[in-house]
Amino acid sequence: MDRYILKLFITGQTPRSQYAIRTLRQVCAEELLDRYELVIIDVIEQPQLAEEYKIIATPLLVKEWPPPARRILGDLSDREKLLMLLDFFNA
Amino acid sequence: MMVIKTMRKKTVEKLETGIPGFDLVSYGGLPKGRNTLICGTAGSGKTIFATQFLAEGIDQYDHPGVFVTFEESPDDIRKNIASLGWNINHWEEEGKWLFVDASPQVAEDTFVLGEYDLGALLARIEYAVRKIGARRVAIDSLDAVFARFSKSAIMRRELLRVARTLKNMGVTSVMTAERSEEYGVLTHSRIEEFVADNVIILRNVLEGEKRRRTIEILKFRGAPHQKGEHPYTIISGEGLIVISLSAIELKQRSSNLRVTSGNPQLDTMCGGGFFRDSIILVSGATGAGKTLMVTEFIAGGIRPGEKCLLFAFEESREQLFRNATGWGVDFEAMESAGNLKVICNYPEIASLEDWLLTIKDVVTEFKPNRVAVDSLSAMERVGSNRAFREFVISLTSFIKHQEIVGLFTNTTPTLTGGTSVTEAHISTLTDSIILLRYVEMYGEMRRGLTVLKMRGSQHDKDIREFTIDGEGMHIGKPFRNIVGILAGNPQHVESTEIDRFKDMFEQT
Repeated sequence: MDRYILKLFITGQTPRSQYAIRTLRQVCAEELLDRYELVIIDVIEQPQLAEEYKIIATPLLVKEWPPPARRILGDLSDREKLLMLLDFFNA
Repeated sequence: MMVIKTMRKKTVEKLETGIPGFDLVSYGGLPKGRNTLICGTAGSGKTIFATQFLAEGIDQYDHPGVFVTFEESPDDIRKNIASLGWNINHWEEEGKWLFVDASPQVAEDTFVLGEYDLGALLARIEYAVRKIGARRVAIDSLDAVFARFSKSAIMRRELLRVARTLKNMGVTSVMTAERSEEYGVLTHSRIEEFVADNVIILRNVLEGEKRRRTIEILKFRGAPHQKGEHPYTIISGEGLIVISLSAIELKQRSSNLRVTSGNPQLDTMCGGGFFRDSIILVSGATGAGKTLMVTEFIAGGIRPGEKCLLFAFEESREQLFRNATGWGVDFEAMESAGNLKVICNYPEIASLEDWLLTIKDVVTEFKPNRVAVDSLSAMERVGSNRAFREFVISLTSFIKHQEIVGLFTNTTPTLTGGTSVTEAHISTLTDSIILLRYVEMYGEMRRGLTVLKMRGSQHDKDIREFTIDGEGMHIGKPFRNIVGILAGNPQHVESTEIDRFKDMFEQT
């Protein structure tokens, strides 16, 4: 089984960021148990990472592994769609 | 007094852009610490303006700059700008130029799920500005943002945030936006309504099959600037250059120093020669002797050791040199001695704006005492009437300021006289006008010459006959028994009648 590598970029601790973090953590815990690595990056604290990843809009979830690499922009408000985009069903 | 004092608003401080000519029309540059929107149609030069704003800032004022690109990749911009003569790589290494690359990334698919904002972009811009201590920021272009993110209401709000943040950081910034037509709605996305206090429009209008570029400062909130459109051009190796007409001051350092026209008889007619910093217009039909007059004018300058510059737009170099030889003037020897420079070309090879800059460059470099343009009217073909008028005004005022005597020729459309566009535009700007006319007498074509105007000097009012031979032009006696030469309709008058008139006046 592949281990998921996820990075969530946020800009400050706004309600929108909090919402995205909460949703993502919940989904991962339920669907992936411990088969994932989640790093949360606040671009205000680490703008050079935003530069490196060429990010202009947040919240942005970057799925680095398994392939296909994918970016999901927004506060992840649609749980079903999120599961689909992350290919959790195949996990 | 008190009232006036309190009424007086604090004027907005300006930041010199360093873009040639722009700081003149904008009275000192862009409003400092503010955003200016640069809008124009595709290909109007928006990106060049934005890039040059940063490049001149580094080059001339040592202002570090941040370039935010939404459209082209930094690599493309580096390449494009290299063709204008700047080396961005070098500035990047020195920490003077920093890209914020927000151009579309093709590597990964992006899906949208819920609400978002441009907080990361803002964080990156702030980071970049702090990192190099930027004084200038360019954002190119806002339309690309709208194209990529569907929620335009959110984008408007977000760009407003970007604009405010830049303002708070005290940087002077430009943002580009595209418009669909040269006149009409300002921008596609109506960004100007909320983002910018200051708006500049770049135009690239098709006028009579010729492209004409203009720049207009539509508004500078709280700051003065020149109104209306100003022509500009983009030159490879130099970038954008604004040609400012109204920046020309009408202060002529009138000189009383006379120089020879190259023809002793003409000198006498002019009351002792041309003034040193004056413009002379020689107008006549084709073959009337204009190029001869130019040749004598140049030879007359070279003899006492002056430097002369000739722009020839009607004849080839060979033809011109051969004609001169025919009148006893050796252009070739003068050129190899370094006293003469002849530039022969079709006017059509460049726009009027480019010609103006070329002429200015050559004059500045060669430092001639005399400049001749043969003919100025050939330039009429290159642009619209308006563009031509602006060209003539700029050229004459430039030459006058150089303390150079300038001789321009004008070809009239009909053989026996009449006026042309050149004459209409230039006659008030020139100090002297000399007319060359064909005169039909008893089935024979003769040539006539008159000094129509000679500012600040007495001059001969006669219309004199002249002949041309292997030694040049010979001015002779006035036409006495003929009237209506200038009107192009010569009429013979009986000699006795003229004598009678003469007697009449002598008696009184």
